[in-house]
Amino acid sequence: MTAFFHSLFAKIAGWCKKFGQNFLAFFRNLPQNLKKLCLNIGRGIRDWFLRYIKIFREGDLGVRMSYLVMGSGAFARKQIAKGIAYLAIELLFIFYMIFNGAGAIRGFFTLGTSFTYDLHFVGTDETVPVAGDDSMLCLLFGVVAILVIAGFLVMYFSNIRSASEAYENSIVGRKLPTFKDDLRALFDNKFYVVLLFVALIGVIAFTVLPLIFMILIAFTNYDRDHTATGGFDWVGFQNFGSLVGTTGLSTTFFPVLGWTLLWALCATFLNYFLGVALALLINKKDIKGQKIWRTFFVLTIAIPQFVSLLLMRQLLGEFGPIMELVRQAGGNAVNLFNNKHTARLIVILVNLWVGIPYSMLITSGILMNIPADLYESARIDGAGKLTMFRKITLPYIMFVTGPYLITQFIGNINNFNIIYLLTGGGPFGQAGLSDGAGGTSLLVTWLYSMTLDSQNYKLASTLGILTFVVSAVVSLLTYRHSSASKNEEDFQ
Amino acid sequence: MSQLVSTKKTSSIKRKKAISKTTAYTALTVLSIIWIIPLIWMIIQSFAGPEGSKGKLFPTSFSFHWYAELFTNETYPFWRWFLNTLVIALICLVLSTFFTIAMAYVMSRYRFKGRKKLQSLGMILGMFPGFMSMAAIYYIFKSLGMAGDVAWWKMLIALILVYSGSAGLNYYVSKGFFDTVSKSLDEAARIDGATNSQVFFKVILPLSKPIIVYTALMSFLGPWGDFIFSSYLLGNETAAWTVAVGLYRMITKDPELYYNTFMAGAVIVAVPITALFLGLQRFFVEGITGGAVKG
Repeated sequence: MTAFFHSLFAKIAGWCKKFGQNFLAFFRNLPQNLKKLCLNIGRGIRDWFLRYIKIFREGDLGVRMSYLVMGSGAFARKQIAKGIAYLAIELLFIFYMIFNGAGAIRGFFTLGTSFTYDLHFVGTDETVPVAGDDSMLCLLFGVVAILVIAGFLVMYFSNIRSASEAYENSIVGRKLPTFKDDLRALFDNKFYVVLLFVALIGVIAFTVLPLIFMILIAFTNYDRDHTATGGFDWVGFQNFGSLVGTTGLSTTFFPVLGWTLLWALCATFLNYFLGVALALLINKKDIKGQKIWRTFFVLTIAIPQFVSLLLMRQLLGEFGPIMELVRQAGGNAVNLFNNKHTARLIVILVNLWVGIPYSMLITSGILMNIPADLYESARIDGAGKLTMFRKITLPYIMFVTGPYLITQFIGNINNFNIIYLLTGGGPFGQAGLSDGAGGTSLLVTWLYSMTLDSQNYKLASTLGILTFVVSAVVSLLTYRHSSASKNEEDFQ
Repeated sequence: MSQLVSTKKTSSIKRKKAISKTTAYTALTVLSIIWIIPLIWMIIQSFAGPEGSKGKLFPTSFSFHWYAELFTNETYPFWRWFLNTLVIALICLVLSTFFTIAMAYVMSRYRFKGRKKLQSLGMILGMFPGFMSMAAIYYIFKSLGMAGDVAWWKMLIALILVYSGSAGLNYYVSKGFFDTVSKSLDEAARIDGATNSQVFFKVILPLSKPIIVYTALMSFLGPWGDFIFSSYLLGNETAAWTVAVGLYRMITKDPELYYNTFMAGAVIVAVPITALFLGLQRFFVEGITGGAVKG
């Protein structure tokens, strides 16, 4: 057991060191990398221009015409169906831009020019509400218009490429694919396009589009006082300033950020190491009924999390059985959720109850997957049990679960359920914390209550972006050097 | 003499082993009790007599009163919630599983331009808090007439779209599985004249039962546990609620009145889910260990 902790701490120390080095290297190399990035982007744009100029220069009339009228190239090679499809796309796009798109783009920048107000008739008490522009809709349609334009550009350039390809094929006298061939290819060589399209359409509609939308909201003043119908406006980086800057909410933001990181560290590593320990205990050779023991713990995974968390809230609450026991023993019942420190302790402990079975299950699976011949050859070499554990079992577990720890850490930064269902972010009214943040609030639960309770959408979005920055920095610093990202092809 | 030493030695090893064994069993027993007690406590409370058991260690009598109450209460129509959640979960099971598997298969088998970029984009999207955009999603559905003050079934469709729409992003685990399926199978089928879509549907999918079951199980369980999107999109329309929203509101709004009803509801939700989960546990373990290895 001491050996276990010894190598464990050595491992952790190694990780911390590596993390620190990555951290420093990241900032040291930042200017250089940014320069490289800019150069690469510049080069990419130049190559791209040159490519399309070259196609134009070398193409025949059909290819050149396709720069203006989409599908011309296809018509010139008698690919009628394809040509009609491209032409239809262009006409539809022009139609859309004239009747809707242009206005939407303008609305995107102005976010609406008129406000909703009540029109008074002179000399009477009558008023008529006059609807102004809905800023939210202006933004939404603006984003949609930008996506439509991006989609059109993709089709536009694919039209040019396909024209030039057909032209080159006709020069060497190769037979051109008919429309039917193209359709058939969608189920054969290009089958991935169909599958990707099906899988990604929902992602674009319900993840990408709303996300772009909310990122944009972070740069507006959309909140309870500047509603959609009242009209909100672009404010630049003001919201970031009010969260991080010396004035405003920084006295709330930084404590919440600190607790979020502390929580993610505790939750990830405690769960992991205790889970590994439990798995080792259950998988000991001379333990009987391993399956039954495992099932006891797996039960907490099986039960929907909201049930077990709400249950725990009742169990540990002021009127729960635990406080009842204290009362019967003659003690004073207290509400553990009312104190910041006990509330935090409870959250971490309950998270152990919820999370240990997961890492136990994963580790059990890995333990069973360790190739038996590794142990066999070690035994022949005269290795003792302890040596085998230190040299085979532990490194194997650590190697395999490295990337899992990173995803767990990110997951815990965003772990909404545990906090919200147990404490709701409370206790509230803590010194220094304002705007709906409490003693156990994470960035994400604070975000949630800002959206739901105070309708402070601008700050909620800003918080979301900052949470993303935290997650991204953590994973950039660790993931880049983990093995799984590099050796993708090794497994196949 | 040497014999004596060796018997002494073996007996000390034996004793040591016995001690470590007893310690292990004791530790396991204590831990199991800690893990099981809250669940047993929940079941006991749900069978309390009509007088209720809030604030008591044990109910003073036992009955089915609270189960009857759960299914007949008119303010909180639990059976509606249960049906809603079941239907949503079943539809999500089909849609999400297909999206996830399709995406994973493409990412595992095809090498195309922009694949790496798409992968990193997926990772970046995954780092934003999932519900950060819920206000935007709400607004999008509102402009489509599917959120706010509308019929309950429209809200449920919106919820299904949200749940299954982003399923394509959770492809890592299944991709890890497809990576382990030998490519020579694809090639053999291709030589025999199968198209790529035939390879996918007729060769690879039938071989992928474990990962399909895992994905389906996860997609099915998602709606039962989600609290964030459902509570935001479904608002105050009790008929549209899912079990998670309903039970949460029940216990936070009227903890005095609905304490035991909540326990009964929790049992009703937990029992089938737990049974399903335990039955399919093998696939779950294969899935998450595979995911941890390759993830």
